Amino acid sequence: MIAHPTSSSGPAAEAHDDAELLGELRAGAPAAYVALMRKHGGRMLAVALRYLSHENEAQEAVQDAFVSVFRAVGDFKGDSRLATWLHRITVNAALGILRKKKRLERETSIDALLPKFLPDGHRDSPEGAWAQERVQELEKGETRRMVREAIGKLPEIHRTVLMMRDIDEFSTEETGRLLGIQPNAVKARLHRARQALRTLLEPHCRGVCP
Amino acid sequence: MTCREFLDYIGAYLSGELSEAECRELRVHLDVCSQCVDYLDSYQQTIRLSKIACCADSDPVPGDVPEDLVKAVLAAMKQRPIERA
Ligand SMILES: [Zn+2]
Repeated sequence: MIAHPTSSSGPAAEAHDDAELLGELRAGAPAAYVALMRKHGGRMLAVALRYLSHENEAQEAVQDAFVSVFRAVGDFKGDSRLATWLHRITVNAALGILRKKKRLERETSIDALLPKFLPDGHRDSPEGAWAQERVQELEKGETRRMVREAIGKLPEIHRTVLMMRDIDEFSTEETGRLLGIQPNAVKARLHRARQALRTLLEPHCRGVCP
Repeated sequence: MTCREFLDYIGAYLSGELSEAECRELRVHLDVCSQCVDYLDSYQQTIRLSKIACCADSDPVPGDVPEDLVKAVLAAMKQRPIERA
């Protein structure tokens, strides 16, 4: 029996469905391929789209990811959740496309979004504290889109490092290895990416005058 | 310590990479500089907001995977099936 997407409810049921599905995938059953793609493909597309910004590229990445998954399914140890494993393979496939299109090599300056300083080391025109209620607004459904759009405005390499480290929780070392840069460069880019994102969110988050 | 230096160290500070002596220096600066208190808070909020914006469980369930994609993957697998021992 192929696990049907709607048969899952709760982590225990999901683990059971996944175990069953994995067994069938290892046997190379085409129906199991289709079931896995229908169950996890939508979420994987959303992840790839975060990295690639173009629907057709995201589809290309997910297609590559599934082929890698089906070829490597024998190596999957089951020590992490299937969804976690798929997520990581998807990010990897998206990075493959960024590399192929040489998008990570583009040197777009991020300086305009970094804090400015006076000669004495003080910040030039600091904006003041963020208002808690404005920040809370950004946590809610519709306005969270604003945060995603702000992330989308960061230069490609900074956006990629920020998503890998802060959102997809790759380690500094792993991020460096996958991007072909030193761990110190990962840290420096992450710091700049967060500062730039902070600058982009700032106008919304500052308490506005009544 | 200047504000410029303080901001340079925030990332390392939050990930626990600084020595006790360095952390103390940063905290001394925070005691006297409300601008850097504000900045540190907004920097942490930024990290939190990016996580929430992209990973929250309350996200709508993503759309279906396109049929073309499913077909393309199946074709690729047929072309070069998994070799079994
Ligand atoms: Zn300061």
